[in-house]
Amino acid sequence: MAPQTDGLYAAREPIFPKRVYGTFRNLKWAIMAVTLGIYYLVPWLRWDRGPNLPDQAVLIDLANRRFYFLWIEIWPHEFYFVAGLLIMAGLGLFLFTSALGRVWCGYTCPQTVWTDLFILVERWIEGDRNARIRLHRAKWSPRKAALRALKWIVWTLIGVATGGAWVFYFADAPTLANQFLTLTAPAVAWITVAILTATTVILGGFMREQVCIYMCPWPRIQGAMMDDSTLTVAYRDWRGEPRGKARDATAGDCVDCNACVAVCPMGIDIRDGQQMECITCALCIDACDDIMGKLGRERGLIDYLALSDAPMEQAGEKPRPLWAHVLRPRTVLYSIIWASFGVAMMYALFIRPEIEMTVAPVRNPTFVTLSDGSIRNAYEIRLRNKHGEPRQFGVHVSGDLALRLDLEGTPYDSIAVAPDATHKIRVYVTIPRHSPLAEANETPIRFWIEDLGNGERASVNSIFNGRGDQ
Amino acid sequence: MDEPRVDELTGRPTMGHEFDGIEELNTPMPRWWLWTFYLTIIWGVGYTIAYPAWPMVSSATAGLLGYSTRAEVSADIADHNLSNAALVEQLNAVDLAAFDPQSDLHRYAVARGASVFRAQCSQCHGSGAAGAVGYPNLLDNDWLWGGDLENVAHSVRHGIRNETDTDARYSEMPAFGDILEPEEIEALVKFVPTLAEADWDSAGGVLFADNCAACHGDLGLGDRSQGAPNLADAIWLYGGDSESLTQTIAKARFGVMPAWGQRLSEEDVRAVSTYVHSLGGGE
Repeated sequence: MAPQTDGLYAAREPIFPKRVYGTFRNLKWAIMAVTLGIYYLVPWLRWDRGPNLPDQAVLIDLANRRFYFLWIEIWPHEFYFVAGLLIMAGLGLFLFTSALGRVWCGYTCPQTVWTDLFILVERWIEGDRNARIRLHRAKWSPRKAALRALKWIVWTLIGVATGGAWVFYFADAPTLANQFLTLTAPAVAWITVAILTATTVILGGFMREQVCIYMCPWPRIQGAMMDDSTLTVAYRDWRGEPRGKARDATAGDCVDCNACVAVCPMGIDIRDGQQMECITCALCIDACDDIMGKLGRERGLIDYLALSDAPMEQAGEKPRPLWAHVLRPRTVLYSIIWASFGVAMMYALFIRPEIEMTVAPVRNPTFVTLSDGSIRNAYEIRLRNKHGEPRQFGVHVSGDLALRLDLEGTPYDSIAVAPDATHKIRVYVTIPRHSPLAEANETPIRFWIEDLGNGERASVNSIFNGRGDQ
Repeated sequence: MDEPRVDELTGRPTMGHEFDGIEELNTPMPRWWLWTFYLTIIWGVGYTIAYPAWPMVSSATAGLLGYSTRAEVSADIADHNLSNAALVEQLNAVDLAAFDPQSDLHRYAVARGASVFRAQCSQCHGSGAAGAVGYPNLLDNDWLWGGDLENVAHSVRHGIRNETDTDARYSEMPAFGDILEPEEIEALVKFVPTLAEADWDSAGGVLFADNCAACHGDLGLGDRSQGAPNLADAIWLYGGDSESLTQTIAKARFGVMPAWGQRLSEEDVRAVSTYVHSLGGGE
């Protein structure tokens, strides 16, 4: 090949992955069915939460600032649960990458799953690899136009379904579906569906491997997660080389049939070694195993293999078992950190009270002198009722027997809080003129709330500001 | 610069430069990436045509879409007023003497009043309504003219000592420097802070009964009908020390407040009154 120094930019080389059969292909079909099934169907699951709350099992209710997940309801101030889940997702990716390489990319990444689906549609409509290459090279004709149009229409329908399913997570799915059918859905829903339809079709139909190679940051980060013991897809070159005809006794096992290249969705040759583009989807393993089976040779010329396995195998040593690759100090450490986050979050979730209070002392001014000389502090208290029915909350203060508590707007010491709501109330704590608290600068006090329905209590510490003239 | 050559290991051309034996392979950027770059340029040019962008001498190009943040805010305010129209109507109709503090309308009035207060009242009464010397503290339970919602609303609407409004409230304390001798004023200054446990036979006590009790009451508890403050409590609008009291008695004090009924809408007067009433001193 002559050196090419003039071209700073290169056009995309189209890739026509061939149909493949085998263990990993079947695994990928199963994962595709499960992940797409979850994505499209979850918004339709119902979960009874009582009359005042939505009955959608998974719902991100942005307007009311609630996140519902089965029996769990997350309020905005509990967003750390979502942050914790993201941290767990990150650590989970570290764990899987250090054990199994880019297994996320190869099997479960939405880009991979949808591209796989789009390639499936492409194959159904335009035929397998060779037919598609012929069609690609053919001049435009009515047949080519019809096939292309049909393919793009089906892709667009998948895109619409993808964008459509997305918005169902943010609104009551049956209601919104009905609004779509009667053309009364809000503009933001239409726009979101339109944008996600476009991104799905463009990324899954046209960009494909370009997304992984040029747009996605994960492959770069994942490179730092892998080590010598990480299982990746690799070619046993000491067994395959030199390549030659099947009946050539001096040649290695590789018959240079190019099956591994033909099936690769990234358009690479795995026999060149581990490379940036490889998403370890393992389809080349299936393709090669198929050929080896037909030739009556041992499977695994291309296989899941760690870098450190290569010299051991070449030296004729016994290969390390799978568990020795997966169970290493590094992966155990990741697992422990991952699990501790999970356990901590479960703990936080289960001890989470159904009633909550926050207290914000009014600092402007810090205290007010009343006409009889007594000192009064004001506080803004937020009472949270996470129950599905209204509750009566008693509010009390402790710290000194002479403290008196008044609620703004009511002569009583309790207040009704609506279901699944926060109630903000101004309260006043007063101390007589000559008491030590009035003369001190600051005195710690404690607010209590009690759910008068079931006796559940919660407390928050605060400060009482006096005149400070002691 | 070395000549570009083909790398033996990868079979790909190099860029032709080398540092300490490290060479760079020629890996061209994808063509579509260049298109996105051109696309952003086209978008940027289009944006400056469609939206206000190019600065002129005293304005900027308006843009073909006619977009204006100012117009957007106006539209938002109009929308907001429209959606609150029903609440405003209720607020203007509600009987202030029987305003339920637990109602949604009351919550609306307090929230609306808080923003009116910050804009119009905080300059004198402070952002936390704690007042200052000469500007009443609205958080305490001491009221010159009464602390129920109707009286608060009256003060807000008509103001204090305000000639533009015939219903404005006037308190008329004489400047006793013209009436009493300096030593008599001194005696009063000594007496007034002791009102709670007063010696009515002292010189100050006699002077108080003769000169002050007519307005401030026999026991100095004040009279809200004429805005005469309670002198027996712990609150001094102009200060309770001897110097301040001498000044107050000799020269009198004449606090003023605008008649907000002339400047604010009826609903804003009602809202800000409700807000002040809800700060802890309301009666």
